[in-house]
Amino acid sequence: MAIEVRIPTILRTFTGGAKSVEGSGGTLDELIADLDSRYAGIRDRLVDGSGLRRFVNVYLNDEDVRFLGGLEAPVRDGDTVTVLPAVAGGSR
Amino acid sequence: MRYDSLLDAVGGTPLVGLPRLSPGPAARLWAKLEDRNPTGSVKDRAALWMVTAAEKDGLLRPGSTILEPTSGNTGIALAMIARLRGYRLVCVMPENTSAERTQLLRMYGASVVHSPAAGGSNEAVRVAKRLAAENPGWVMLYQYGNEANSRAHYETTGPELLADLPEITHFVAGLGTSGTLMGTGRFLREHVPGVQIVAAEPRYGELVYGLRNMDEGFVPELYDDSVLTARYSVSAADALRRTRQLVHEEGIFAGISAGCVLHAGLALAEKAREAGERADIALLIADAGWKYLSTGAYAGTLAEAEARLEGELWA
Repeated sequence: MAIEVRIPTILRTFTGGAKSVEGSGGTLDELIADLDSRYAGIRDRLVDGSGLRRFVNVYLNDEDVRFLGGLEAPVRDGDTVTVLPAVAGGSR
Repeated sequence: MRYDSLLDAVGGTPLVGLPRLSPGPAARLWAKLEDRNPTGSVKDRAALWMVTAAEKDGLLRPGSTILEPTSGNTGIALAMIARLRGYRLVCVMPENTSAERTQLLRMYGASVVHSPAAGGSNEAVRVAKRLAAENPGWVMLYQYGNEANSRAHYETTGPELLADLPEITHFVAGLGTSGTLMGTGRFLREHVPGVQIVAAEPRYGELVYGLRNMDEGFVPELYDDSVLTARYSVSAADALRRTRQLVHEEGIFAGISAGCVLHAGLALAEKAREAGERADIALLIADAGWKYLSTGAYAGTLAEAEARLEGELWA
């Protein structure tokens, strides 16, 4: 078991085109560091000095991690993490 | 109920219990039926407040042209108000929104400018900002950053919910401009200690997120995450399944965004039940399903409906 991480189209240049990759770690921060060790540069696209980049949304099992502790949010095997760019909503 | 005119009938929508979908008497779900507004959606509140504020500020005068990026409901609400108050309306709408919306807007007399499908509402906002720069006389109300949008909910939706459900523990609504969540959320937080304000947002197909750089995303100016306590991303499959469940179990024919909200609401109800806590969860049902029939969301199997929504702005 590992943590499944779903990658948006724009970041698949880092993952050799893979839509979803696996990683490990006890927190989101550790998970992203683990990914960066195999997909060099991806961390920099997700995180800046103050945490997650403004237009990057990360969901842990469909819940926005910003409300679960941000980079310190605990993650564990079997979780699914989804990365998406922030877009404007639909029927507005 | 008697009103002097259609505009006086905005708001005051019913809050109905969902006894079959609620896990039990200690964890109850309630639906605020915003399709009971004059043009059939929650957006009548924001549109009326934004137009009235612009009139008060002297931005709108008889014969003025209103410009707005909208994928539907706000445009339809503005089109009705513009007709009654004597304004022209230009709507910028992504081309991948349903045919019903374009037809309704044109019937009310609005002009529709289509923006490219790829990029979704982000693109509509971009095109509208360009048109505003080219036409300095036009008035862009700009629902994503207009304080009157959230104020409409602070002054109406919030107080209505508190009056009908003083025991409210959670409020769940869709996250678009964030106006509904910000206004209702602020009001409820001021009056109900510990109330949870939860956003449910649609997770679209890949086309909608486009190939944009991660630095070029869009967060509405109204959005303030300190008002929220949680935010859920809901897939088309889950939203469709829940939308049908609303019809089958409670008889409510709602738009697909209601499926998103119900999905999050059921997760919260389950959490409360597991924790042994009482929950009275108000779900904001933004509109009815009529405008989405042509999307195929209500026909055939769920898998077929899901396939049809791929690439669409379905909520």
